[in-house]
Parts: sequence; structure tokens; C-alpha cells
Amino acid sequence: MSEDKKITKEQVKHLAWLARIKITDSEESKYAEEMGEILKYFRKLDEVDTEGVEPTHHVVDVVNVMREDEPEIKPAENILKIVPAKKDRFIKAPRIV
Amino acid sequence: MSRILELSASELVSKIRTQEITAEEYVNKCYERIKEVEDRIHAFITLTENIALEKAQEIDSRIRRNEKVGTLSGIAVAIKDNICINDVRTTCASKMLENFIPPYDATVIQRLKSQDAILIGKTNMDEFAMGTSTEHSQFGPTHNPHDLDRVPGGSSGGSAASVAALETTISLGSDTGGSVRCPASFCGIVGMKPTYGLISRYGLIAYANSLEQISPIARNVADLALLTECIAGQDNKDSTSIDSGTQNLKNCLVDDVSGVKIGVPEELFGIGTDEVVSKAVWEAISKLEGLGATFSKIKLESLEYALASYYIIAMSEASSNLARYDGLRYGLRLDDENYDWSTAYSRNRDVGFGAEVKRRIMLGTFALSAGYYNEYYLKAQRVRTLIRQELSKAFKDFDLIIGPTMPILPFRLGEKLLDPLEMYMCDVDTVIANLAGIPAISVPCSSSQGLPIGVQMMAPALREDVLIKVAFSLEQHLKPDLELKV
Amino acid sequence: MVETTELKVKIGLEVHCQLTNLKSKLFCSCSSDYRQSPPNTHVCPVCMGTPGSLPVLNRKAVEDAILIALALNMQISNKTIFYRKNYFYPDMPKNFQISQYDRAGGIPIAKNGSKKLEVEKIVHISRLQIEEDPGKISYEGTIETSKSAFVDYNRAGIALVEIVTEPDINSPKEARIFLQKIRSIMEHLGVSSGELEGSMRCDANISIQGGTRVEVKNISSFKEVERALNFEITRQKNLLRTGHRIGQETRHWDEARRVTISLRVKEEEEDYRYFPEADLVPLSISEEEIERQKNSMPELPEGHMQRLMTQYDISRQNAMTLIDNKALAEFFEESAVNYSHPDLLGNWIVGDLLSYLYEMDIELKDAKLMPRDLVKMLELIDDGTISGKIGKELLKEMLISGKSPDEIINQKEMRRISDSEYLNQLTEEIFSSNPQAVKDAIKDPKAVRFLIGQLMKKTGGKADPQLANNLVNEKLKTSKT
Repeated sequence: MSEDKKITKEQVKHLAWLARIKITDSEESKYAEEMGEILKYFRKLDEVDTEGVEPTHHVVDVVNVMREDEPEIKPAENILKIVPAKKDRFIKAPRIV
Repeated sequence: MSRILELSASELVSKIRTQEITAEEYVNKCYERIKEVEDRIHAFITLTENIALEKAQEIDSRIRRNEKVGTLSGIAVAIKDNICINDVRTTCASKMLENFIPPYDATVIQRLKSQDAILIGKTNMDEFAMGTSTEHSQFGPTHNPHDLDRVPGGSSGGSAASVAALETTISLGSDTGGSVRCPASFCGIVGMKPTYGLISRYGLIAYANSLEQISPIARNVADLALLTECIAGQDNKDSTSIDSGTQNLKNCLVDDVSGVKIGVPEELFGIGTDEVVSKAVWEAISKLEGLGATFSKIKLESLEYALASYYIIAMSEASSNLARYDGLRYGLRLDDENYDWSTAYSRNRDVGFGAEVKRRIMLGTFALSAGYYNEYYLKAQRVRTLIRQELSKAFKDFDLIIGPTMPILPFRLGEKLLDPLEMYMCDVDTVIANLAGIPAISVPCSSSQGLPIGVQMMAPALREDVLIKVAFSLEQHLKPDLELKV
Repeated sequence: MVETTELKVKIGLEVHCQLTNLKSKLFCSCSSDYRQSPPNTHVCPVCMGTPGSLPVLNRKAVEDAILIALALNMQISNKTIFYRKNYFYPDMPKNFQISQYDRAGGIPIAKNGSKKLEVEKIVHISRLQIEEDPGKISYEGTIETSKSAFVDYNRAGIALVEIVTEPDINSPKEARIFLQKIRSIMEHLGVSSGELEGSMRCDANISIQGGTRVEVKNISSFKEVERALNFEITRQKNLLRTGHRIGQETRHWDEARRVTISLRVKEEEEDYRYFPEADLVPLSISEEEIERQKNSMPELPEGHMQRLMTQYDISRQNAMTLIDNKALAEFFEESAVNYSHPDLLGNWIVGDLLSYLYEMDIELKDAKLMPRDLVKMLELIDDGTISGKIGKELLKEMLISGKSPDEIINQKEMRRISDSEYLNQLTEEIFSSNPQAVKDAIKDPKAVRFLIGQLMKKTGGKADPQLANNLVNEKLKTSKT
């Protein structure tokens, strides 16, 4: 990775927001440095000529796996049981704005 | 320690069926052993003693009544703590899921239950299966039964250590980039990552879903084959699961490798490979040659790029797979009365995830983000294609590809913890099979100063039969000198 | 200062239609019939994003999407894969949505279609994709004041198709017409019913010449579209007129207050990080499958309109209005079977019935009107039992109460009064209390109308008009002498 592609503290901050992970100001530079090191290794792939090579998204050669449109009645109670905060049957979330 | 615990699964099944021993007696012995060694090994996060004993008693009484029992009747199976068992705490070794009780059974669990296996407990692992040493568990590391100061490998360290330390007979792990083969190698036992799609992933808590498979671990190849057959097969709940046809693995347990063609890529013995490891693997190859197999040294140039490709893909997928942990529907939720949802999520995820998990989520988020997607994620998937193509070309000439499982011997606890990249480098030989979706097995082949060394074999997709056959032969002819320290 | 009246408006729509003909969700077998259910009852590990669960695609959703693509003249992809759209929000069980994508190597199920609005007007459709609906959030008070949010995931995982248009639409009215056509197509295909609350929603991209593209989200029904777009265009024009610039942003339509609001709380830019969903295998759509769907294609709005015109001899305008709402067209046809003047029937349905429904803000299915009752009412007008004016009142009453016309007529004494003795008596009363009017009427025959009007008034409009006319004129003759 060339110097100008070094990961910046601003980038770390933005990524942390995208990933919803709280990172303190002092952690930002630590992340920037550590991530930069690892990304530098990843840039090893630049050596490979992948012109015209299709990406692999699935390793099994299977297509069209589908289920029939048949509803099943399933008890939802086990699923509600593990919800940390509820109000009646609603799942309680923090305020939106 | 009871001799019973050293028996193989098939021996135990027949003894339990013939009522020479009871399942209850055997399961009790397992828990006695667990209680004896756990303070030194720490292979388990949760023990399910009550459920296990109840099931054992039920099996015993069915046998006494002459009723039909399953192929694993009474056999203790330890389950990696990222595989869901209905109503049994499943943590992924994370604070995020410390109190998570799955409301359903994974497909493999259903299959084990229907074959009358005994689920003995949930095993320790690197948090969300992200690691190579089990040191990233939020509940403390697991120790290698052959040297308590060393790591058992990871991420399925608990599953491997519990089998090696005779706490259970067999176990399930998961293998995303070597997470079963690595600890099998470090603990001196057998572990196999099957073909992608052979075993349903339904109920496996995802780390990197295009790469991982639930994978069996055993002390011998026969037990591994037995366990694989029990859990393999198409599942309607996993769209990527495949119909494997009629692979009869038990029939492959014959000591005959004549005519087997082996390719040995020099890239698997690259810089960083410990000389004792190279030597041990070459000895194994020579042994196979002596038994009638042929081998050739080959070059597979794309393998040099496997590790970078793997980590980019795995981290990208992880960043998305782990997005669901926000605290609303399950998992850790801090008091958030004074926060908006976005801040509350960030706090939950900050506290709930450990450092390595956060690091991978951040890197994966980066690799998928606007402006970097093509250079990182897509590039890695293209390199993945080249690796698959080169391997499938090689498999036109060879039945198997052989090399080391791990480039080094089991390392000391803490030795690599501060340098993430150095830890990642340990996966250099195992990630290949995950990228290509092909099966790979690790079999003990030697030891050095009492530390196990494993040999890795890879085969084309759905050729687990070849792996089992050759592994069985190696097992008959190589007896590494190993001793438990517990 | 910018002169804003002539500025060109460009609107692109992202239309979301739930596939309401499906019995189960898109990726799990939870029942899709969630509307009347208590919160979080139609949920399972898959649609709640419980760790370890995996999606399995609903076959019928794919068949529906192929039908829709064919109806919109689209190119159907022979191979398509699903993508993950990554973003956090409390209505998202996995914090990514399984959807499709047309960039980063993605191919949606269909591309490049079009829909004609008028002879000269074509809206191009860039893509059609299959995706899952998120859950639903409710608040105590408004979104801005509620101390918590309350999430119901019953809707999460319901199958949607998203239809994305090019910015070919030039006015809010065109947007409404386009959406009406889409709704009509969906209903004719039998894949989505616009009558169900929240089943058809859309987001709109609006740009005014000289401004930047603004996205308006959360338009929860097609009815709201025109309103939301009008508001937003006025807002943008006002900004331009007063010399402000329009920043690129996403605004939400607040249905209650009828304004668009900016909900952005952070300065961070969203980045969806689309990438392929490895838990689902690719979808390969063969020519045979497309052919099979073509053969099962039901009558589409255009064909339906032509048939209505030839079969019932109704006007093009009426036929067009009827097919815009398939239920209305069906109601027409069910009624027309039993009625001899379908043209009149058409006028009643397109005219009075539709405007009553609009006034009451209800769908036809929510009105309690039966085709046979409408026919009965028309027959009562035809045989002179009631007047046309009374008919209008009667129809309204029938819509509300669901009672038969006879029942209402008897109850409300709407029947025509043809009792000449009684009417004569009333006429005498009118003549004696309006001497001046009588004098006027004698001089000027046009003034007679006032007296007839008085008689109609006294009978609540129920006097037989012909008889009333005769009685008043006769009485006038006798008054002259």
C-alpha cells in the first residue's frame, strides 16, 4: 500500500460509525495503525493479474434452490422469551431521534 | 482415569448395545474426567450434565427393552459453542451472547439426537470462531493437553482439546479457514473439513458463511467417518447444502493406498514452515509411497495469495454476519434510556465484542466500502477463482494434495496474541480448502518434543472417501509418540 | 433570484409492492397474513435474524416477479443472484436486507422495461428486484418525541418487488397516474392487492432544474404520492426562488402533518456495502420457465379495457377508469350481467360510486355494496319508483349501511308520491300561502317553476315530477278564471 493510501483517523471514525462500534479518540490512531499494517499485507493481491477473471461467490454449483409457498404455524414464544426489553408483545428499541 | 474413555466410538456403541457397559456409566465417567481436568484444560464453556444423563438413561432403558437405537447410541459428543442447541446456552465465547438461549436446534444437532448421541457440553472457542489459538475466547483460553503452556489451536480449541484429553469421545467444531484442522493438528487428533455443502450449516452461528462448514473431530479415522456419515446430507433449511449421493465412508476404512496419486505443492512448504514440520510431513509422504502411492512435487502459484484472499473475504462476510448483534432481539443490551438507537447499538457492540472481533468487523467494513470494494473484496473473490481453477487442474492429475496442516508447532499461550498478522499467518496452509470449497483432513503424523504434528490432505469436492482411505492407512502405519499432560 | 414557475421537474420512483398473493414470507415459512395479528406472532429464527438461521427462497415469489417483468415489457435475466444491502436500523432483524443489485457485478431479476401513460408519454423502468420487507416501528406520540420505539417484526421478511423507474416523470399527477397503472397491473396479475394497507409504498427522487436530487422516503400509500410530491416541489421551488440552494438529502414524508422532514441526525454518509448473499444460491431462469409464465398470464389492464368497451359498449374514458381499479371493474362486470344498460351502469360506477368512495376515503371492498343491490337501485329508477336524485341519496345510504334499496326506501319513505289527492291538497296550501307567486305565474309561464319547486320541497323531492307539473298547471288554469 502506498503512503497516500494509509488509513486515516477520519476513515476509522467513519468505518466505526458504519459498523456501529464505539471507538474513542485515543483508539482511533491505534486502529488506524493496526488496520494499515494488515491492509498492507492484503495489497499483496495487487501482484495478481485478475483481468477477465470472474469472482467466486458460490463454491457449490447448485442453482434454483427454493421452497414451496406453504405457511407453517410456529410458536413465537421461544423467540420472544430471549428478547432483552419488551413492552407487551412489542420489542422495545431506544428512541429513534 | 477409566479405560472406557480411551475406547473408540464404534467399540463403545457395541459395548453399550450389548449392555457390557451402560451409557449412563460411560457418561458419568466422561463427567468425572471433565471434573478432573477442566481446571487445567478449560475445554468447555457449558456442561449439559443433566440433559446428558437423562438421555443416557433413556438409551439404556430402550436397549434393555430391546428397542432400536441410533448409530451413535450413547456416544458423548462435545459441541462447539457456535452450534445451536435448543434451550442450551450458546455463547460463541462472546460476552455478546453470554446469555443467549437458542430457540431451535441446528440440523446437525437434530441428526445427532436422532442417532442417540449424547450432547455432553458446549466447547470453548475463539470468539465467533475468529482465531487460531482459542485465546480470543471471552471466557479464558483452552490449554493444550500435550503441553498446558501451549495453545490447543483454534478456533475449535475446546472441541479438539476435549477429545484429546479424553473428556469426550468425539466432537463437532466448525472450520472457516482451518478452525478444525488446526486444533486437530495441535492436539494430535483427526479433524476434517468436509466439502462445502456436505453438512448443513443451519444452526451454525455464522462467521464467514461462504467459507465455513461444521466439521467432525475424533481420535481416530474410523470414528471421524462414523460421525461424518451421521451428520452429512442435504437439508432443506440450508440452500447451499448438497446431495452427496452415496458416499459410504465406512467402506473406505481399508489399509490400501496403492495407485493413489499425490501432488505435493512446494507452496505448502513456504517461508515460515518449521523444519521439523516439513520433515515430518515428508516422512508421511514417503510412508505412503512405500505403501504403493505415487507422488510428484508440483507448483501451485496462486496458493501464495490464498491467505490474503481468505482474510479479506472472511472479514467482509463477518462484518455483515455480525451486524445483527445490536441488543434488540437477543444478546447483550446495556441500559440505553439516555441514548438514541444508533449510539445505543454502538455501545452494545463495543462492550459485547472483543478486540479481535471488532478488528475483523472494521477491516471487513473497509473491504466492502465504497471505493475499496473492487480493490479488496472483489479482487479477493477473483483470486479465489484462480485458486479454484489451479486446484481443479491439479486434481486432473492427482487424487490428493498433501502438505502440513500447520506450518509450526503449537505455540505458547500469549506468544502471538499481540501481533494479529503473525497469528493470521498460521492459517496459510488451511485456508486453501475453504476458498475452494474442497474437503481437507488433518491426521497426526509425528511429534517433536512431545508436541503433535499433523499432515494435511486435500481432495476434490465430495471426495471425502479418498481422504478417509488414505488417512486410515497413515493412521495404521504412523504412531506419533504423544503423552497427555493431564 | 430564479424564476421558478417554468422549471422542469424530474421524478424517479422506487415502487415497493408486497406480493400479497403469497401465503408465506420470502425466505421462511412464517404466514404472510400478518395484518390483523398481535405484534411478533408471525416470527421465526429466520425472519428474526436469530443467529445460525438461514434463508430459503419462496418459489412463488420468483414466479410472481417473472409475471410482473413480462407485464412491464422487461428483459428477464437468465441468471440472477441476491445481494446484501448493509445498514443498521431497528426495523431490520439482521441489519442487512436481502435484496438484489444492478452494480458491483449484480444482476436484478429483470431490467429495461417501460410503461406507457398516454400516447406520447412513456416511463422507462430500469429494474425489477425481489427483496424482503423490514419490520414495522411504532411510537408513543411522534417519531421525534417518542422516548422509545416499539418494533413489530411480523412484516419482516414479507416478499416485495421493487420497481425502479428512470426519472421520466414530470409532475406529481403523472406520478399518480403511473402508480395507478402499476397497481392495476399488479391486481390484474393477481400478485399484489393495493387494497391492503401498506402493501404498495414508494420512495421518490425529485430534482428541479437547477437543483440537486432529493429523495423522499416513507410514502406509505399511492394516494399520498401526489400530495408528498406537490409539497416537496413547492418547498424546493421556494428555496430556489429565495436564492437558496438545494442540498442532496433524504427526507421523510410525514403523513400526519403532510410535510417532508429531514431526519438526518448525523453528518455521516450511508454506505450500503452491497455484496453477494452466499447463503442463497444463484437463480437460473430458463426460456421454458418464462414461456410457462407467459402462458399463465392473465388478462392485463389494456386487454381488459378493450374488452369492456366492446363487450359492454361503454365509453373509453369509463373503461379506463374502471380498469385502473380492478375491483371496480370486476364490480362493474358482475353488475352488468344482470342489467340491460351497461353504459348507464358505467356512468353510475365511474361517477357517483367512485366519488362517494373517494369522499368516504374507503376501498370498494370496505363498502358494503353488492352488485345486485346496485342493479336493483337502477331498476327502481328505470321503472319510476324513485327519481334519479333520490337514487344518488339511496346509493350513498347503501354504501354505508349495506342494506338493500327496498329496505332503505321503505324505511326512509323514499318512494315517489303519486297520490294526486294528497298532492292536490298540498298544492292548494302552496297557492293560498303564495298569492304573489301565483299572480306572477299567471302572467309568466316561466314563474310556474317556483310553485312546482315548492311542491317538490314539501314532499322532500318525492312527488312524482310529471304529476306535480300537471297538478300545478291545472290549478293555475282554475285560478285564472
